Amino acid sequence: MLNISGIREGYVLDHIKAGTALKVYDYLGLKDRGYTVAVIMNVTSNKMGRKDILKIECPLGSIDLDVLGFVDHNITVDIIRDNNIVEKRKLSLPGEVRNVISCHNPRCITTIEQELDQVFYLADEENEVYRCRYCDEKYIK
Amino acid sequence: MPRHLMNPLDFTVEETEELLDLAADIEKNPDKYSEVCRGRRLATLFYEPSTRTRLSFEAAMMNLGGKVLGFSSAASSSASKGESVSDTVRVVGCYADIIAMRHPKEGAPYVASLHSKVPVINAGDGGHQHPTQTLADLYTIRTLNGNIRDLTIGLCGDLKFGRTVHSLIEALVRYPGIRFVLISPQELRIPDYIRNDVLEKNNVPYKEMEKIEDAMPDLDILYMTRIQKERFFNEEEYLRMKGYYILTEDMMRLAREHMMVLHPLPRVNEISVDVDQDPRAMYFQQVQNAVYVREALILTLLEIM
Repeated sequence: MLNISGIREGYVLDHIKAGTALKVYDYLGLKDRGYTVAVIMNVTSNKMGRKDILKIECPLGSIDLDVLGFVDHNITVDIIRDNNIVEKRKLSLPGEVRNVISCHNPRCITTIEQELDQVFYLADEENEVYRCRYCDEKYIK
Repeated sequence: MPRHLMNPLDFTVEETEELLDLAADIEKNPDKYSEVCRGRRLATLFYEPSTRTRLSFEAAMMNLGGKVLGFSSAASSSASKGESVSDTVRVVGCYADIIAMRHPKEGAPYVASLHSKVPVINAGDGGHQHPTQTLADLYTIRTLNGNIRDLTIGLCGDLKFGRTVHSLIEALVRYPGIRFVLISPQELRIPDYIRNDVLEKNNVPYKEMEKIEDAMPDLDILYMTRIQKERFFNEEEYLRMKGYYILTEDMMRLAREHMMVLHPLPRVNEISVDVDQDPRAMYFQQVQNAVYVREALILTLLEIM
């Protein structure tokens, strides 16, 4: 059994699709933030069979939960304060995602215009389709 | 905040109808509008070659009594020095009252609109949108048919990169009783985002075919498009596709008596010149109509009418 201690303040991201915790870690930009992070992969789960978990020790409000909704809105978020879960938050698909992903269309203005935000909008909620705000190219995860 | 035109859907159906009404009045009474833009300037910022669209915009502004300035290629603009679209448009906004922009990069006019203090018109951005062509197409259909409803429309040629086709479909699905026949080689079929997000989402009936002849007898409108060399990264692929469709007078014998042939022009060889004499060939009328529509658009965005 692997033991990882709890966190005093921060977030526990549970029910991450098995094998994708590092992708979530990248999307959240945690590499550059200096927070203490536990990446737990391939944990047995009754609901999912296998799942990943991220525990992030950080000030509350410092993580963009909208981004998490884009990455995988099935992730559950436990908000921790003083070693206790103070809120369990459900994620939803954000209407817009800014500077998280980039447009792959070689004809898009984002390939040449300097300092342009990369903006994607939710074009189809049912099929979770995001499109580039500038050229309407579909983003394929 | 000025109003811009990026996509034909920026105007509601009612607003579009008002604009087309204004275009019709301009067509009937050109003298009434010949001085309404006196003292106003249109800047045409064309980062890629265009004859028709740029001259059409310029003619439209001149017909309204206004003046024009601008450039007709990226090489003759400050883009060649590395200036961004957002900087260029802020500068040009100091010289002109309204801007028409064509750019090979998709979304460039939208970026311009985010930074412009004057109205920006998308005059074509890569393979993305070409809303003023769409408005001209709608005006032509309405003028010739009396209204825009209950029509079977064949779209033929490059349906993948053809921005006029994408814009036209998006605009037409808002009208009742519209059906499409999509005629293209496998390689140039309509993109998924138009098929799924526009046609299927709006329950618009459509068929996909490879041969014009199979579609011809059912059509009220045949909208031909050019296979655009500039949209291909690969010369070999372009050469294979060019000449895939050539509309001839023989094929026109299969068509209904009232069917109209439209084309956004320029054509290369996809409509044989012998079709030009056919009374159903309406593509040069489309060019004339585009000027009226652009006049109406300039007046609408400048809030003169």
